[in-house]
Amino acid sequence: MAVIDDTVTEHVVPHHAEEPSGFYRWLTSTDHKVIGKNYLYTSLAFFFIAGLMAVLIRTQLFSPNNHFVSPQTYNELFTIHGSMMLYLFAGPFAFGGVANYIIPLQIGAPDMAFPRLNSLSYWLFLTGGITMLLGFLTASGAAAFGWVAYAPLSEATNSPGAGPDLWIVSVALVGFSGIFTAVNLVTTIMYLRAPGLTMFRMPIFTWNMLVTGILILISFPVLTAALILLYADRHFGTHIFTVAGGGVPVLWQNLFWFFGHPEVYILALPYFGMVTEVIPVFSRKPVFGYKGLVFATLAIAGLSTGVWAHHMFTTGTVLLPFFSALSLLIAVPTGIKIYTWVATMWKGSLDFKTPLTFSIGFIVAFTMGGITGVMLAAPPIDFYTHDTYFVVAHFHQVLFGSAVLAGFAGLYYWYPKLTGRMYREGLGKLHFWLIFIGFNVTFLPQYVVGLRGMPRRIAEYAASDGFTFLNRVSTVGAYITAIGFLVFIWNMWISWRRPIPAGDNPWDGHTLEWGTSSPPPSHNFHSLPPIRSQRPVWDANHPEHADYLRPPEPSRFSSRRDEAVVDR
Amino acid sequence: MKTEFRVYTGIGIFILVMLLVYFFWSGDGGNSILLFATVGLGLLPGAYLGWWSRRMEPRPEDREVVEPGGVADQLGAFPTHSIWPFVLGVGVFLTALAFVFGIWTAVVGLSFCFSAALWGTLSSRRGGLI
Amino acid sequence: MRTIDVASRSFSVVRVVRVVRVGSALVLGGLVLGACNLPGFGADRGATTQGHSTFHLFQFFAILSIPVLLSVFVPLVYAILRFKRRGDEIPKQTHSHIPIEIVYTVVPIIIIVVLFVFTVRVENKVTAVSAHPNLRVDVTAYQWGWKFYYPSLGITEYTEGNHYPDLVLPENETTTVRLVSSDVVHGFYIPAFDFSRYALPGVTNYFDFTPNQVGSFIGRCSQLCGLYHSEMLFHVSVDTPAGFNAWASSHSSNSKGA
Repeated sequence: MAVIDDTVTEHVVPHHAEEPSGFYRWLTSTDHKVIGKNYLYTSLAFFFIAGLMAVLIRTQLFSPNNHFVSPQTYNELFTIHGSMMLYLFAGPFAFGGVANYIIPLQIGAPDMAFPRLNSLSYWLFLTGGITMLLGFLTASGAAAFGWVAYAPLSEATNSPGAGPDLWIVSVALVGFSGIFTAVNLVTTIMYLRAPGLTMFRMPIFTWNMLVTGILILISFPVLTAALILLYADRHFGTHIFTVAGGGVPVLWQNLFWFFGHPEVYILALPYFGMVTEVIPVFSRKPVFGYKGLVFATLAIAGLSTGVWAHHMFTTGTVLLPFFSALSLLIAVPTGIKIYTWVATMWKGSLDFKTPLTFSIGFIVAFTMGGITGVMLAAPPIDFYTHDTYFVVAHFHQVLFGSAVLAGFAGLYYWYPKLTGRMYREGLGKLHFWLIFIGFNVTFLPQYVVGLRGMPRRIAEYAASDGFTFLNRVSTVGAYITAIGFLVFIWNMWISWRRPIPAGDNPWDGHTLEWGTSSPPPSHNFHSLPPIRSQRPVWDANHPEHADYLRPPEPSRFSSRRDEAVVDR
Repeated sequence: MKTEFRVYTGIGIFILVMLLVYFFWSGDGGNSILLFATVGLGLLPGAYLGWWSRRMEPRPEDREVVEPGGVADQLGAFPTHSIWPFVLGVGVFLTALAFVFGIWTAVVGLSFCFSAALWGTLSSRRGGLI
Repeated sequence: MRTIDVASRSFSVVRVVRVVRVGSALVLGGLVLGACNLPGFGADRGATTQGHSTFHLFQFFAILSIPVLLSVFVPLVYAILRFKRRGDEIPKQTHSHIPIEIVYTVVPIIIIVVLFVFTVRVENKVTAVSAHPNLRVDVTAYQWGWKFYYPSLGITEYTEGNHYPDLVLPENETTTVRLVSSDVVHGFYIPAFDFSRYALPGVTNYFDFTPNQVGSFIGRCSQLCGLYHSEMLFHVSVDTPAGFNAWASSHSSNSKGA
């Protein structure tokens, strides 16, 4: 990369004489890069543990009336699988790991706004995760009521013991960690941007993380409150979610999904953002329809707060047309995003490196999952398929598509930035094809088996049900996926042991994180390139194609008064 | 600041409209309260940002054009390391475990929490880093 | 016949196979279309009038999703094949194209509106509860079984160990089900009827079935309810009104638990 000498600003970085090293550094660092990496490693570890549980679950379902694990163990396995994947992997990987590392770099900030709070977030996340796993060591076993913990099944009479309490405490700890990270992200994005980096010049990933942060602040406190109520029911003799004392069990579902549906978008938006970073860089084009994407993201934020009860269509207690309409509507901004990605690739110069391959895999998976999501937004179809494998297939296509396919697109994309080294391209492709094939072989048959009436979360099915063949295919797919992740681990191992230097900007990246060294120095930037468009590093490296050369389009959102001040 | 203000206010107003439609259509008070609180989460920060954006010069990061060398760095200082978040984290963890294993873990956990709060505050006041 | 003639002239076995396959697929497709019998996409056709409407709605969604899927996948595949990086040139830097953006915003909105209209229609039909049903059944879900009580007949059926209870319904008559739960949340799910509803403690749910074909179906619990969730099965038997009456009279005398 060309040396950027056209410097506008220089950050006056505080002098820091001694920085600890080794274990003590890992323990005490408040550097967002160290914390971000800790988050990445930890959430990946949880991902592998939860993935292993998925393999056990699929093994149990390989044959009818299988007794590989007992029904109690089976219930514990899918509960902790779901809880870990959602609370400990998909969320923290995105907003604790990737965003934590990348956002300050993308906006030209020296660190997160509250570095010590950031560190506390990580420790709460780690201890929360350990708390969840402790459940397996208790006499009564881990929580076994599904990741949604519907009351009254999660009440003391139906789920006694320490395991469910550990689950509650764990989710509360991780919830606080998420709230702290969200506060940090929103503040950082609003107050620590580099000069000239207006809101409408922020990379889409940063935009999506801002909106994710706002959604976390809307939804996580509701979950924490609901967990406290549940704990009170279990131990303090209240009857909030039990009929016996005049409580309302369905209140739990309302509170949970008031958190739970924004949560689904909290898990999706960061990954949309990662893909939106990857595709333009590997197409050598700017992102298509930037403002449309921003408004789509904001629309998703607004709509996702009003669709929680589409998880409760079959309760018979909700206003069906209202939630159906909003749930259908949310397909529009999501569709805009998908078309935007395709349009960004259109007439580009596509370099099929691993990140782009993963992103395309994500588009394919997510489009299919999105379409079945539209089906589920129609209450009659939901009556038919609710709590069947159709839903399981739907949300795995969406969530595996986002958190794994798009998440690993992001991980491979920023791997050189994180380490200064290059991963092995061939192994990356092999990883992609194994998990992409494995993933589709796992989940496409589940749509069919769901339509044939296989409910989710059943530990056993009968040979006469006609589910056997499709479940076998599904299990084989899960094994293929698992092998794919062994390839990933091997890739990381070999790239670590025999490093290939990557240089500072191996992809010809567009945004500010590629304008510093890889890995970045303490406090990130020695100097910043001038920021005159959405792609400052591209502008600096390709001055003849720079974005600021194009005629300015009339904009409602760049305030005229702001410009006037600068002119004077 | 203006765009930040619009983002928050926009989300707040959107949810307000949704709340009104939902409340008058369903008559469901409980969930409407949740939505009402969410409207507050949009409008309160929105009002704060809007109030300030009208009373201050655009910040450097709000300007489309920044004159070379014309911006003084005012980002402040950032700490590089501190043991106290870790101590506080362990303290909160042990305190939370009291809800499962009994009050004894909270005795240890709370002492961690208090010492972290005390020393953490003192170390920043001593002009360490912030 | 003609397809084979064409193929034999080309002397290519692969091509013969391909042409025959395409030809037979076209013929089969024509037959299916001729019978006005659109594919079900793996869904159950619904053995009640309500369920059958749901099936049609599903079919409608599935058919409409094909062009939507294609509108993403065709350009995507074309882009993958056509726009591979060849040299070091920098492609045209297109930032936006307002007409295209309007199209891919407005067209989905129109599709959504259409889907919503059909959804509401079917939804009203499926959730309608008759004021004068021919029969009423009180269903109680509990850990881990079902109790079916016919108030007008005094018949009770319930789970006993490995005996799964039988929900007997008359064909072409409307039965209202009153659904409650006595402990945790259960899901009353009959896949062949394309329908499920939660049995919620503290909430009483009503819904109608009008079965339109005689047969025996399986019923399940769809919502996780604890250890033996997968064992919470029941049978559904739809009989002709005459057969139903025969069953009723033979059971009301020696009904279990009544």
